[in-house]
Amino acid sequence: MRMEEGHSSTSPVSIHDLTVAYHRKPVLWDVDLDIPEGKLIAVVGPNGAGKSTLIKAVMDLVPKASGKVMIYGKPFRKQRKLVAYVPQRESVDWDFPIDALGVVAMGRYGSIGWCKPLRKQDAQIAMDALDRVGMADYARRQISQLSGGQQQRVFLARALAQDSSIYFMDEPFASVDAATEKAIVNVLAELRSTGKTVIVVHHDLQTVREYFDHVILLNMRVVAHGPVDEVFTDENLKKTYGGRLTLLSEAVDRLARH
Amino acid sequence: MIVSHSISDASMALPSLEQIVRVFSLEDYNTRVVVLGVMALGTASGLIGTFLLLRKRALTADALSHATLPGIAAAFMVMVAFGSDGKALAGLLLGAFVFGCIGVLGILGIRKTTRLKDDAAIGIVLSVLFGLGLCLLRMATELPTGSAAGLSGFIFGKASSMVASDALIMAGVALGIVIVTIALHKEWTLLCFDEKFGAVQGCPTLLLDVVLMAMVAIVTVIALQSVGLVLAVAMLIIPAACARYWTTKIITMLMAAALIGCLSGWLGAVASALVPRMPTGPVIVLICGFWFIVSFVFGPNNGLFIRQLTRIRLQRRISLQHILRAMWEVCEDTQSSSFTIEDIVYVRSWSKRAVEKLLRRCAKQHVATREPNSMWRLTEKGSAEASRVVRNHRLWEVYLITYADIAPSHVDRDADMIEHVLGRNLVSQLEELLKATDIPKSPHAVGTST
Repeated sequence: MRMEEGHSSTSPVSIHDLTVAYHRKPVLWDVDLDIPEGKLIAVVGPNGAGKSTLIKAVMDLVPKASGKVMIYGKPFRKQRKLVAYVPQRESVDWDFPIDALGVVAMGRYGSIGWCKPLRKQDAQIAMDALDRVGMADYARRQISQLSGGQQQRVFLARALAQDSSIYFMDEPFASVDAATEKAIVNVLAELRSTGKTVIVVHHDLQTVREYFDHVILLNMRVVAHGPVDEVFTDENLKKTYGGRLTLLSEAVDRLARH
Repeated sequence: MIVSHSISDASMALPSLEQIVRVFSLEDYNTRVVVLGVMALGTASGLIGTFLLLRKRALTADALSHATLPGIAAAFMVMVAFGSDGKALAGLLLGAFVFGCIGVLGILGIRKTTRLKDDAAIGIVLSVLFGLGLCLLRMATELPTGSAAGLSGFIFGKASSMVASDALIMAGVALGIVIVTIALHKEWTLLCFDEKFGAVQGCPTLLLDVVLMAMVAIVTVIALQSVGLVLAVAMLIIPAACARYWTTKIITMLMAAALIGCLSGWLGAVASALVPRMPTGPVIVLICGFWFIVSFVFGPNNGLFIRQLTRIRLQRRISLQHILRAMWEVCEDTQSSSFTIEDIVYVRSWSKRAVEKLLRRCAKQHVATREPNSMWRLTEKGSAEASRVVRNHRLWEVYLITYADIAPSHVDRDADMIEHVLGRNLVSQLEELLKATDIPKSPHAVGTST
C-alpha cells in the first residue's frame, strides 16, 4: 500500500486527516499525527476536547467521519494483536460476578482464540501481570470489593496481559490513590524500557513533565505535538485551554443544528 | 374406579399419600411429559437468563415474549390459508420466533434512530405488538376454517396440552443451549462485562449479541406452551436473579441459576399435578418467586440477613471500643486504675443503664473486671486493647486538625466515625505522617462530648 505523503510506515500509530463526529457534531477535526515509537505520550486537553475519542477512533471503537489510521503501516483490524487497551474505569459495572484474576485473564482472550478454554500459561501470564501492578494478593478478590485505585490497577494488569507493543490508556491516573499512581508510573517506565509505545489520555498538567516524553495537546484539533520540553509551553497550553476556538465551535454548533 | 390425578385432572379432592407418591415417582404419563419439559425449560432459561441479566437486557426479553403473539396468530392464519388446520406446533413456534426477533429489532431501531431511551422503546414495542397479536388472534378465531381455540393457551400457557414430542423438543433445545453456553461462556462474559475491550481484541460483539438474543428468543418460544408468553420472562430473570445472591463467580452463578430453574420447573409441575385446577405455568413462576425471597433474605452474597448481621457485628464492635476508650480516658484523667460507673456516665453522654450493659459485656470478654467495692478496673488485656483504640482515635484527631483544618472542638465526633474502620495499614501511614510513636495527648478536653 502506498503511504500518504509525509507519513512513515514505521510509525506505531499514524493518523491521516482524522475527523470524528457524534450525531453529526464533530468532536475531532482534521487530526494528522505520526506517533513516535518507544515513547510515553500524553494526550492533554480540556474536557470535551476529544482525547478519549481520539484513541477510540484509532481502535475502531467509534466510526470515523473521514480519514484513516495506520498501525505500523497497516489498518487496525489487521494489527489488533499489537494493541492493548486500558478503558476508563467508570466504563464498566464493577458489581460483576468475577474476580480480579478473571478480569485480567480477559486480556488473553485475543490470543487464546474464541470458544477455546483458558490455558494454563494464560492463567500464569495473568497472575504475573497482577503481580507487576502489586495486586497479586487480590487475585481471588471479587472486583466490587476492590478500591477504585485497585480496580484501575486490575485494568492496567489486563492490558499488560495482552502483551502488545502499543498501549492506549484512557485516564489511568483519574482519582487514584498514591500507591496506584506509583504502580502505574512504574509500569510506564517498565514499558518504555522494553521499547513499547504508550499513549495516555491525561488530565493532570502538573505531572506531564515528570511522567511523559511526548505530549499531544488536543482541543478538537491538534494544537501542538512533540517532545515535552519543546511543546509543553505556556503559550501552547494557553492555545489549548484558552477558551474554545470561536469560529470552529460556531461552525460545529451550526452543523449540529442542521 | 381409581381416580387418576394427572395435570389435566380437575377434581377437588386433596391429594392422598398414595397420589403424592404417584406424582413424585412420575407414574403418570402426562405428569412425566410435563415434568421433563419444564425441567428442561428451567435449566435452559437459567443459563441464558444469567447472561441476559448481566447484559442488563431483562426487559428486552419481556418485550420479546409479548411480541411472539402476533407471530403465533399470523402463522396460524398462513397455515390455514395453505389448507392445513393450523395446529402444527412447529409452524406456530416458528411464527413466534420470527416476531420475537422483529420485536428486538424494533427496540434496537427505535433506540438507534430516536432520542428515546431503552425503557420507552421497550414499552412501545411490547404494547404495540401485543395489541396487534390480540387483534390478529380475534381475526384468527373468526376464520371459517381451522380451529383457533387453542391459540389463546399460548398467552397464559397450557402445560396439559403438551405431548411427549413437545417435551422431547424442549429437552433437545435445552441440551443445545447447554452446549452453546459452554462454548460461548467466555465470550459472553466478556461481552457483558466490557464490550469495548472485547471489540478491541477482535471479538465479534455484534454477532455475540445477536446469538445471545436469538437464544433468548428460543427459550421464550419453548416456554410459550407451558408457562405462556406473559410469564415467560419470569423463567429467564428470576432464577438468574436468585443465583446472584449465592455467588460472586459467574460459573457458579450459571450452575446455580440452571439448578434453581430446573428445580422450580419440577416442583411447579408436581405441585400443579397434586393440587387440582392449579395452572402449571403460574405455579412454576410462584415457586421461582419463593426461591427469590429465600435467596434475597438468606443469600450469602449481599443477602438481607448477612447484611444485617455484619451491621450488628460492626455496631457491637464499635460500642465496645467506645466503652474501652471511655474507661481508659477516665483512668488517664484521674490517674487511678479503677473507676465507678458514674465516672463513665459523667464523661459520656450515655445513660447509666447503657453503661452498665456495656460493662457487663466487657466483663464477659475479660477486658474489665468488677472489684468488691463496686469499682471497675481494666484487665491487662483490656488495657492493651483500650490503649490501641485511644491511640488510633487520637492519631486520627491530630491528623484531622493538622491536615484537614478541622477545629479541635469538632474532631472528636469525626474521629469517632472513622477510627473503627482504620486498618493496620492506615494506622501505620498515620504514624509515619504524624511521626507519632506513643499515645498523643487528647487535643480537646476529655469528657466534653455532650
